[in-house]
Amino acid sequence: MRIPVSALLGLFFTGLFFAMAILAPLIAPYGMAEVVGDVWEPPSDQFLLGTDNIGRDLLSRMIYGGQTTIFIATAATVLSFVIGSVLGFFAAVSGGWIDQSLSRFVDLIMSIPTLIFALVVLSVMPTTITILIVLMGLLDSTRVYRLARAVAVDITVMDYVEAARLRGEKIGWIIFRETLPNALSPLVAEMGLRFIFAVLFVSTLSFLGLGVQPPQADWGGIVKENKEGINYGISAALYPAYAIAVLCISINLVADWVLNRTTSLKGGRG
Amino acid sequence: MHPILKLVAQRLALGLLLLFAASILIFVGTSILPGDVAQSILGQSATPEALANLRAELGMDQPALTRYFSWLGGVLQGDLGTALTNGRDIAESLGSRLGNTLFLAFWAAVIAVPLSIFLGLLAVRYKDRWPDKLISGVTLTTISIPEFMIGYVLIYWVSIQWGMFSSVAIINESMSLGQKLNAIAIPVMVLTLVVLAHMMRMTRAAILNVMQSAYIETAELKGLGMLKIIRKHAFPNAIAPIVNVVMLNLAYLVVGVVVVEVVFAYPGMGQYLVDHVSKRDVPVVQACGLIFAAVYIGLNLVADIVSILANPRLRHPK
Amino acid sequence: MTDPLLKVRGLKIGATIYPPGEKPRDIEIVHGVDFDLAPGKVLGLIGESGAGKSTIGLASMAYGRGGVEITGGSVEVNGRDILQSGLRDVRRLRGAEVTYVSQSAAASFNPAKQIMEQVTEAAIFQNKFSRKDAEARAVELFAKLGLPDPDTIGNRYPHQVSGGQLQRCMTALALCPEPDLVVFDEPTTALDVTTQIDVLAAIKEAIRDTGVAALYITHDLAVVAQVSDHIMVLQQGAMVEYGTTDQIINDPQEDYTKALVSVRSITHEEKKPTATPVLKVENITARYSGTNFDVLKNINVELHPGQTLAVVGESGSGKSTLARVITGLLPPSQGTITFDGRPLTPDLATRPLEDLRELQMIYQMADTAMNPRQTVGTIIGRPLEFYFGLRGAEKQKRIQELLDEIELGEGFQDRYPAELSGGQKQRVCIARALAAKPKMIICDEVTSALDPLVADGILKLLLELQKIEDVAYLFITHDLATVRAIADSIAVMYQGSVVRYGPKSQVLSPPFDDYTDLLLSSVPEMKLGWLEDVLAHRKMESAGN
Repeated sequence: MRIPVSALLGLFFTGLFFAMAILAPLIAPYGMAEVVGDVWEPPSDQFLLGTDNIGRDLLSRMIYGGQTTIFIATAATVLSFVIGSVLGFFAAVSGGWIDQSLSRFVDLIMSIPTLIFALVVLSVMPTTITILIVLMGLLDSTRVYRLARAVAVDITVMDYVEAARLRGEKIGWIIFRETLPNALSPLVAEMGLRFIFAVLFVSTLSFLGLGVQPPQADWGGIVKENKEGINYGISAALYPAYAIAVLCISINLVADWVLNRTTSLKGGRG
Repeated sequence: MHPILKLVAQRLALGLLLLFAASILIFVGTSILPGDVAQSILGQSATPEALANLRAELGMDQPALTRYFSWLGGVLQGDLGTALTNGRDIAESLGSRLGNTLFLAFWAAVIAVPLSIFLGLLAVRYKDRWPDKLISGVTLTTISIPEFMIGYVLIYWVSIQWGMFSSVAIINESMSLGQKLNAIAIPVMVLTLVVLAHMMRMTRAAILNVMQSAYIETAELKGLGMLKIIRKHAFPNAIAPIVNVVMLNLAYLVVGVVVVEVVFAYPGMGQYLVDHVSKRDVPVVQACGLIFAAVYIGLNLVADIVSILANPRLRHPK
Repeated sequence: MTDPLLKVRGLKIGATIYPPGEKPRDIEIVHGVDFDLAPGKVLGLIGESGAGKSTIGLASMAYGRGGVEITGGSVEVNGRDILQSGLRDVRRLRGAEVTYVSQSAAASFNPAKQIMEQVTEAAIFQNKFSRKDAEARAVELFAKLGLPDPDTIGNRYPHQVSGGQLQRCMTALALCPEPDLVVFDEPTTALDVTTQIDVLAAIKEAIRDTGVAALYITHDLAVVAQVSDHIMVLQQGAMVEYGTTDQIINDPQEDYTKALVSVRSITHEEKKPTATPVLKVENITARYSGTNFDVLKNINVELHPGQTLAVVGESGSGKSTLARVITGLLPPSQGTITFDGRPLTPDLATRPLEDLRELQMIYQMADTAMNPRQTVGTIIGRPLEFYFGLRGAEKQKRIQELLDEIELGEGFQDRYPAELSGGQKQRVCIARALAAKPKMIICDEVTSALDPLVADGILKLLLELQKIEDVAYLFITHDLATVRAIADSIAVMYQGSVVRYGPKSQVLSPPFDDYTDLLLSSVPEMKLGWLEDVLAHRKMESAGN
């Protein structure tokens, strides 16, 4: 099969970002919290991106920040998928009052904007990375639930699922062998979008001072630390913006490709 | 009663119910979660007496149900309580800030809604050709950047490098409309960019969906021109989905406002909320959360009702 | 001879297809077709799916649907080659000289506008009539087409009239601008059989009275025989045979045409009932939860081992609901079902595995009845594994035996459903049912979605398998030709009740009750003048009105 150029580009950058996150301690030229130069030094051979508001190497901060951001976003996405898709499939296959009560509860959670909901909760909870991940994972699982349920409902009305039920198959077979393989591609594509959302969300929270706490670095936090510089024409706060944009666009391209590929002949949904 | 009125009434009742449930959720979120508000406010080193005093002051010694209903009762009478941090009446502090927030959101909507519908139409008109691809590429990029970063990118380039407009958006009563608009120019641009992408993409999808219907082919086979087909056959059917798109995105805008206000130090509700979240001022957070939720639910409700009103099957029952 | 109204020469039509995982490529779907149509005459275009008949019909309006493009040849309407005309001229032709009636009027009417506005739109826009005259003409057409309340029906919205009525409105829409040519694209295919006959009669009368010429596109030779003067038989984008209707029906020259004419000529000797039925349905009454009327009312039928009970009725008659009750998907509110001498529990969930195995089901849409992500081997192998615990080589051997039985042979085990043709898919579904070694199979409209020749093959196979495996069929269908071909006994259903039930020979012989008479007489027969004969002898108004 041929992979289109856009998807290749997306795969390349996604891979690059994840590799940098994993290998952060090996490739970062300086320590994360190490003060190595003057305040807001311009880019030089020594500091490729310059230094930040208290003289730390910005490139190192960016690499470690990427690690934190990507880690939190990945963990939250995985959590939201485990919870959302299991409950979504369960609701779709069970139907009846289980489906009704789960779906109405999700409607209720979704009637409050995610950011507002998170702010409300964070006003009483300590902001640790674990709490951030759990909070984001739970809030996002409502979206995954809706999609998983919708996809599964589409599939469970198919005659082949009815045929399996008439055969006497157990619910496990129906979920894992009949429903899941057909729901996988939309879910994988959605996973990309949820991950992007998680990156944007954790960055926003950190920027508002309610996410990752200093001296830990993350991309939203770097913007917050260096935002004053903007007024002096110092672009330190813009690098995280570029990084997030490149990561998110790359994942979008990959997700698009995965969705388009669902019409593939072998095992395609036609 | 006309069935459509019944449906609309049902939706309204459902909206109120949802708002009521949301108020419970917000209250539960701030009261029953394991986090200890008193501890959070006073810090780890607080003495047990100080903690007990603060808890009593917050009414935390009362059962949760009692606290909820006294809070709700107050809200229904316009009493949002007093802020813990400065003891001021919340409703009073919120009044002008809510106005400012709506002012900002209003101007963003005035620009974003027509622009995105226009771009959506343009993308449909030149589907799969370069204008469509350009629009979708640019919008894909803006979707991929958080609001606050768009804010700083614009501040950096528009305000600092090119010297146009102010980088902070501080407004007050004494300013003229022109001065106010000048102050909020960049935040409005940010908000426009933020919702433009979603709105334009959804508009494009909604119009394409209508244009692929069999009745559009019927119109083509009557010899009608493209413009007439769009005006007479596509538009009446596309209006409901487009209104839906607009409402959903206005709801999205309301949330985007929170972050943008912080970036530009704009004296609105969003900044007020974020400020008090860091100060762990629970009554303020509850009040702001409830208002944001109400606006959000309200806009979704309007979208729902418009879909019902625009549906010919419901408007002209058998 | 007068000059032809429509003169098509060397018409070639291409399309771009997008095979998944490959580059898009251009294919030719019509390979050079010639024909003439004189003013006031009707030409039937007939063929199975993929024959290119709709595409040719739309080409007479210089229109290509979707990615379809006219790549060569000429189409002359009233002496002008419309393929060489600019868009402006083509627009003047569409809706004025040539108009179109689609298969699905429900989708082709704008849901947001009143019927009258849509019916008169082309006539007014093309300056054929003033609004007042166009509306008067529309009312006249409504009356001619047998629509109720012709004066006011135009004020209704499309969803406020029935499917059969909307199809007549679509005909009025096409005739309103006084065109020279109307393209009818399967106008009665989506309708129930008793509704179809009325719409067909209305269309025929309207064509005759207005003197308009028509291209009548359908897959049903018996239908087209009633309305057309000439017939062109198409197969895969090329002409097979062209002749007068009389010649095509009574003296076909080509093998393909002969096959189409003689379709449904399967004969089946009726078997006598045995002592103990395999299925006994007694006093079954059922309704869907949340509704307040019974979809099944006091149903009593029996099916004997190795025989076929055909349950026949139109949409909404409750025939598919009966299948759901028997399979346990919809527990009945009253009545009992006895299967092979033992009572069946009402709910699927409480049935022992043995009951599930012995009672299998085959669906109408083979496409959705097979998991697209499982291979044919997995699909057929699962019941073997599930019911009999077969594994490995033993299972493989049995799968191959089953594939041989359904005449598919080697090499199909590893294919996915998307790689099979419609007929092959349905065969795999039959094999899956047989794999369970059932005593009885419910066949729910198993041939309705297939082309006539393919359907014939499936019916022959089912009869053959019945002999070998001694399995009983409960055969649900709306198609009486199918019933004649395979049934031993017949239950006629109408609005939730069985109105006639007994051995085939008895059910299909007079005296008839009114509904059975209507149903039997509505099935188009492949002979000229059938439509007129039937309408002259009607006793009961069709169910659709």
